[in-house]
Amino acid sequence: MPDLLAYFDTAVWLGLLQAGGAIILCGAVVLLYRYHHVHVAREAVVSLLRGLVQMVFVGFVLALLLHGNLLIGALILLAMAGAAAATAAKRSKGLGGSFALSFVSIAAGGGLVIATMIALGALKTDIQMLVPVGSMIIANAMNACAQAAERFRADVVAHAGPIEAGLALGAEPSVAVAPYVRSAVYACLLPRLDMMKSLGLVWIPGVMAGMMLNGANPLTAGLYQFVIVAMIMSSSGITGLVAVLLLRSRAFSPAAQLLLRPGRA
Amino acid sequence: MPEAMNPAMPTPVPALETRGLTRLVGGKALVSDISVSIAPGEVMAVVGASGAGKSTFLRLLNRLDEPTAGMVLLNGQDYRAIPPPRLRQRVCMMMQTPFLFPGTVAENIRFGPAQRREILSEDKIAALLGRVGLPGYAGRDTGTLSGGEAQRIALARTLANAPEVLLLDEPTSALDEVSARGVEDLLHGIMRERAMTCVLVTHNAAQTRRFADRVMRLSGGRLEAVGPVAEVLGDA
Repeated sequence: MPDLLAYFDTAVWLGLLQAGGAIILCGAVVLLYRYHHVHVAREAVVSLLRGLVQMVFVGFVLALLLHGNLLIGALILLAMAGAAAATAAKRSKGLGGSFALSFVSIAAGGGLVIATMIALGALKTDIQMLVPVGSMIIANAMNACAQAAERFRADVVAHAGPIEAGLALGAEPSVAVAPYVRSAVYACLLPRLDMMKSLGLVWIPGVMAGMMLNGANPLTAGLYQFVIVAMIMSSSGITGLVAVLLLRSRAFSPAAQLLLRPGRA
Repeated sequence: MPEAMNPAMPTPVPALETRGLTRLVGGKALVSDISVSIAPGEVMAVVGASGAGKSTFLRLLNRLDEPTAGMVLLNGQDYRAIPPPRLRQRVCMMMQTPFLFPGTVAENIRFGPAQRREILSEDKIAALLGRVGLPGYAGRDTGTLSGGEAQRIALARTLANAPEVLLLDEPTSALDEVSARGVEDLLHGIMRERAMTCVLVTHNAAQTRRFADRVMRLSGGRLEAVGPVAEVLGDA
């Protein structure tokens, strides 16, 4: 415990004060919403408390494991992927095994990209680097998974008639839902494409900002940030595609009957 | 038609036969224990009140829905032995709504045969369009068609599969009176010239009398009566 308390230096107290200021600002937004009869107070309080507690907890964990090895880093990322899957699974409810579907998709997209980054030397295996960068990739994979699954599910339910018309003409399920697979995968990739397009013009992401604050060459920081965003795009693309393909296989019975129909989904 | 056949002739294998066909959803029987035979070339109408199980019965015939119990035989063969996409090309369904795919009319007509890697020639497409009364429509975008035209294209698309059995789910109920009559006449002509086995779901008694050889009446998912039209519906 004395070791942990040692982390409460002046900078941490200042950080807590800044967090308090941010919470007050959020509270003002909630009041503004309330004035316009949009009631988000409870959700906002829960989100803020969860966010603060989770970040303090992660800070403690990283402080304790600062010098851990790759295995510990991998276990932390695995736990993060599990939490991400639990969140994304809410978007593909209505079909059994949505958690497993989300976990496999996020692990496939996130895991492949993180492993590639490590193999290319773009990501070090030190926990203080592996976990924050890995978490960015996993968080984006989670969003891609949720977006792709939600879009696919909604499109299939809304177009049950044309899909069954295709089946009734002898189409395989993969043919009958092909337009909706394409639109779901594109929909999950679109925000990442926009993110890449606006990189440096509209926003300077956190990694680059952090590196520059720590005295890194801005050009090096910029290039590294590009690598991170490109990896986020790749992991999101893989995750979205895997999620939709897995969801597609569950949208039909073994006898090629559409299961995701209005009233059932 | 079975009623008109010579008793001395060997009974032909039914084109379609159901034995104890049942579908339960959430403990409720949508279709319950229906056994019926449909002879080759026969037109069987399915009538009954809303919620009687007519459309569910039809969807069970090409396995768009799965029977909970019972079986369906196509030319004497249990249809579960046939891969579902192949079964649905042999037992084709035309729905109440045409559900044409985005693109041209020709692309829609090519869709069914393309599923078995058969490329339909332009001549065949033209012949089908001529038969449904829409010559020269091959290049038209499906988004520009009227309801009656769309239903005629849906029929041409279904016929492109050269089905053995045609399932019709209230094919004219979504159309205005003039279009409905045109599509109905067209269907009647095609069914007779091709001697197609056909199961027609309808709530229109006049349509049933014009089309059907026999009629089956469902109530609460059960088969209430089956027989010649005049016997089941009474003389008009």
